Amino acid sequence: MNRAPLKVHGEIMRRIHAHGVETYPHECCGALLGRDGDESREVLDLLPLANRRDDSPRNRFEVTPDDVRLAEKTAREKRIELIGWYHSHPDSPARPSEFDREHAWPWYSYIIVSVQKGEPRDTTSWRLHDDRAAYDPEEIETVAHPASIK
Amino acid sequence: MAVKVIIPTPLRAYAGKKESVEVQAATVAEALSALTNQYGELKKHLFADDGRLRSFVNVYVNDEDIRYLQKDQTNLREGDTVSIVPSIAGGTGEAA
Repeated sequence: MNRAPLKVHGEIMRRIHAHGVETYPHECCGALLGRDGDESREVLDLLPLANRRDDSPRNRFEVTPDDVRLAEKTAREKRIELIGWYHSHPDSPARPSEFDREHAWPWYSYIIVSVQKGEPRDTTSWRLHDDRAAYDPEEIETVAHPASIK
Repeated sequence: MAVKVIIPTPLRAYAGKKESVEVQAATVAEALSALTNQYGELKKHLFADDGRLRSFVNVYVNDEDIRYLQKDQTNLREGDTVSIVPSIAGGTGEAA
């Protein structure tokens, strides 16, 4: 599917990487806040969240529904939208797992950063198919300044 | 009785792009059934193949999570608001 790239401000990308490094070797997670337009989608802010999977934080993350409601409220207060989620894969590739797919909805952008030996490496973004069968990769365009969304 | 079901942004494309849908229902199960009968494309995003709500799909009646009420048998009153809220989960495919 042809889709415009996901625009991410360079400073926001640095914050995602820093969060992944901070929580390594555990997974980090958080909400992507921004704008979704007809021709583009842009991440304008982040809401870093606690990984609630205390039992298996090295290879799992969970954002509780209460935290999802907090993210929606935070976006509303900033007059933007909750457009997706980010998480890290410590010492694993930046590709969605089967477990990721089973717990996803279409429309959201899912950014994954691979953190290898404590260093951020590949960063990718994904959108789930309408039929839930697979993900499409979503190109990330790192921009110097947040742009207005059409 | 008439209740309002709030459709989360990612699922609006499967519900006529509506932010909310009014349905007639006496319980949460009836409300979700009425909703997915009206908008069949929603079903696979809310329910697993066995007909149960997907593990990451949560339902609130007004501000109460139905897990702490009577789950999908929670009774609804006229004017109640039913919200569908995901929990977000994932991680690497490796064993723990």
